Amino acid sequence: MTFDLFVLPFFFGLIFLTVVLVQKYSRWIAMMDSSDRVKAGMALFSVNLLKSIKEVVLESLLHRKMFKRNPLLGYMHMSFALGWLLLIILGNLESRVYSGGHINPPYYPIFLKFFIHDKRVLPFELFTLPGFFRFIMDFILLFVLSGLVLALFKRTRSKWFGLKKTTQHNSFDKWAITSLWLIFPMRLLAESFTAGLYQGGGFLTNTLGSIFDAILPLQYLAYPAWWAYSTMLGIFFVTLPWSRFMHIPTEIVLIFLRNAGIEQGKYPGSFSEIELSSCPRCGVCIDVCQMNEVDKTSSTAVYLIRSLRDQQPDKQLNANCMMCGRCLQACPVGIDTLGLRVGARSVDNKSIAMDFSYLKKQPFVGEETGIVYFAGCMGHLTPGVKRAIVQIFNHAKIDFTFLDEDGSICCGRPLKLAGLREAASKLVSENTRMIKNTGAQLLVTSCPICLKTFNNDYQLEGMKVMHHSVYIDKLVTEGKLALRPEELKAVYHDPCELGRGSGIYEQPRNVLKQIAEVADVAEEQENSLCCGGSIGELAMDFTQRNIIRDNALKILCESKPDLLVTACPLCKKTYDSANCIKVKDIAEVVAANLVSVKHQPKTTEMVEQG
Amino acid sequence: MQKHIVVIGAGPAGLESSANLSNLGFRVTLVEKEEVTGGHLNKWHALFPSLASGKHTIEAIVKGLNPGIKIQTATKVTGIEAVNDYFTVSGHNGWQEKADAVVLTTGFQLFDSHRKEEYGYGIYENVITSADLEKQFASGKEFVNRQGKKPERVGFVHCVGSRDEKVNNLHCSKVCCITAVKQAIEVKQMIPEADVFCFYMDLRMFGRHYEELYKQAQEKYNIQFIRGRLSESTEDKDGNIIVKVEDTLLGKPLRIKVGLLVLMAGMEFPPATKALTNMLGLKNVSDGFIQPLDEVLHSNLTEIPGVFIAGTCSGPKSVSDTMADARSAALAVAEYLK
Repeated sequence: MTFDLFVLPFFFGLIFLTVVLVQKYSRWIAMMDSSDRVKAGMALFSVNLLKSIKEVVLESLLHRKMFKRNPLLGYMHMSFALGWLLLIILGNLESRVYSGGHINPPYYPIFLKFFIHDKRVLPFELFTLPGFFRFIMDFILLFVLSGLVLALFKRTRSKWFGLKKTTQHNSFDKWAITSLWLIFPMRLLAESFTAGLYQGGGFLTNTLGSIFDAILPLQYLAYPAWWAYSTMLGIFFVTLPWSRFMHIPTEIVLIFLRNAGIEQGKYPGSFSEIELSSCPRCGVCIDVCQMNEVDKTSSTAVYLIRSLRDQQPDKQLNANCMMCGRCLQACPVGIDTLGLRVGARSVDNKSIAMDFSYLKKQPFVGEETGIVYFAGCMGHLTPGVKRAIVQIFNHAKIDFTFLDEDGSICCGRPLKLAGLREAASKLVSENTRMIKNTGAQLLVTSCPICLKTFNNDYQLEGMKVMHHSVYIDKLVTEGKLALRPEELKAVYHDPCELGRGSGIYEQPRNVLKQIAEVADVAEEQENSLCCGGSIGELAMDFTQRNIIRDNALKILCESKPDLLVTACPLCKKTYDSANCIKVKDIAEVVAANLVSVKHQPKTTEMVEQG
Repeated sequence: MQKHIVVIGAGPAGLESSANLSNLGFRVTLVEKEEVTGGHLNKWHALFPSLASGKHTIEAIVKGLNPGIKIQTATKVTGIEAVNDYFTVSGHNGWQEKADAVVLTTGFQLFDSHRKEEYGYGIYENVITSADLEKQFASGKEFVNRQGKKPERVGFVHCVGSRDEKVNNLHCSKVCCITAVKQAIEVKQMIPEADVFCFYMDLRMFGRHYEELYKQAQEKYNIQFIRGRLSESTEDKDGNIIVKVEDTLLGKPLRIKVGLLVLMAGMEFPPATKALTNMLGLKNVSDGFIQPLDEVLHSNLTEIPGVFIAGTCSGPKSVSDTMADARSAALAVAEYLK
């Protein structure tokens, strides 16, 4: 057996890493709900597995989402991930050329060039197996090193990579990254020095070897270089489980579990811990976060995740977030950043007790009409929106019940976002009872916050829930509402919970386009900014909220529109408070521009289709 | 040569300081954007705490004006420029004057209550502002709501647009508390059988005789003061306003139906005046009002020598405080031009 002492740092590092990983994964599996374990087990033997493999290749190796964000950033990550994997796989195959095909000890392929000095000069080199491997291994090493050069550039020129702010790493991560970065230059040196002495390298290592041979005493340097290479690998493996590079093995597991249909539980548990360990701290979430505008970069998703993983939760950090979902949208790993924060808040706020005795169980006294309208608490704060809805419904001759005309019970989302799930569930069950009592088939709401909650957290069995903008769009498309165009330049603001939260971007725009010219906004649809009025933010004061609001308004008003239209009462109120542009809800714009439809359809049709 | 002073804004502050400056021997030009002088006071029926008539008060102030004062109405000042040791003040209609000193008496604007949409102003007919109520008082007509009915209950909402971070106003407008007390009493005098509620955060009865008026409101007129900020109001089918409010002393949420809801709109610095102060290079402070050189020692002076301030442009004031401030500004100008 071929062996040399210098392989020990690598070898022990690898054993150490394997033991730690096995221990971590066993713990996660043990912590899992039994139903989740069954789900995961089933997914191992289904199409889900293929789906996961495809996702791993596309995201973990090729870094597709990173490429979309910035090609340079994508290339950098790909060169490390794909390049290193190829070095391992092809190195293994290459080692078998020399070992007669049988399996070698794990260090052997890694340090192959130390053990084997193939001095043969082969005709048609590239078409022979040893020659091909010599070429391809050098080529891949060059590929990885090109990524390393980019990574070094990224330190000082992060803007080239589409990043304004980058993550501030702790000392542990700095150790890990230094060893990671040194692995490949050390490999290049070790292989080049050895090639300088004995040949046997590819185009890169042989060339560099002969240059080094001319100027350096390689007989003394080659062996220490192999030691250095092995030591860097060892350090990296030992630091990995506690550094951000834990994402390398964990992300694959996360992808698999996610495809198996496993989600975060009510309280932090195994899935959320896997998510925490899957965060590479790439920092893509930092720039997109509006918390930067009020010097709260320290509460962005990457730092939230790090503090939770390090078990150093910070109440203030957990509270400072508008829950707008921009980080969720940007995260290349697809970590449920909002869910993690809610989980952290549920721990912070556990001791808050609430009294719900005021919830009176009143029977629903109204007519069954098929359609109910729910304004929501925020809807009640914008009576203009409520009035517009009633006007529109009456105009379209739609028979409806105004469920919360005399005041509503909160849908529960503010409590849920504060981590108070138990309290929220009380409101959810009372509202569910009230809504179901109406016997309606369609629930129309004015508040995107309610919409998201009704869709996600309520069991309304067969009842459809629609935001008023979607319902109005439907009425217009079906010819049941006609609108009059106006000489007006408008911009549309996508509310977080309606856009990113519920995927509704087109319907309100379609309606608005019937009335006004709709100008483009720099950050819109899934990249829409939060207005700053968020109910999800638990700690920010109004001065800070106003900064966020005003910055968002600046971007919205770039094209100097006459009117800012939105579809959320909270966004409307927030923007309106700046007192710098006329702000209206889409329903108000519609109500002000109603014209009679020639053939009024029967209302019963509406109910059936609704 | 006789020194010339341009006074901008002919409300009580502008009128009173012009009168004083003219009496001190200066040449005075008083510029006013409206057709008539008098400002907000023209529309105010009665002043607290004595219930003196707004109209008579203005008439009395105007009576004190020296005939030598040039009054330039219907002129919006669009430019002020400091040139050497004088100022050039120009208006939208081509009017222009050179001045040795400028007094800004540009006043306040009433908070636009539409901005507190949850209170329903402009949406529900029976939600009006304190200014609307004064107009109604001044009209001398029978006190009825928009449906022509005598309201059985009337609500007053304090701090509308004042002390409210949600509309970016942290400042107290000073006069609304006592105005609400005054208006509540007036309503009670007109409809003694009506129940009158005042929804307040704190009652700031800082002026002379204010506390007495407040006491009277409770004891003599049985007006109910409920500590709690209104959260929202809705309208019922008869046009009544249902207000949702928390009684923070009892710790209970309340729903009260009123026939008329009066919003005590606060004072704000007018954006139009901001253009002027920007032109002069005066610093903007967070509440928007003009910052005096020193709030205690030099309350009528600004950072710019020759530019003086009086009245509500430097913060909310009652009419009597405004009058005193206007007189003190006149003395400050005289000292400067000596």
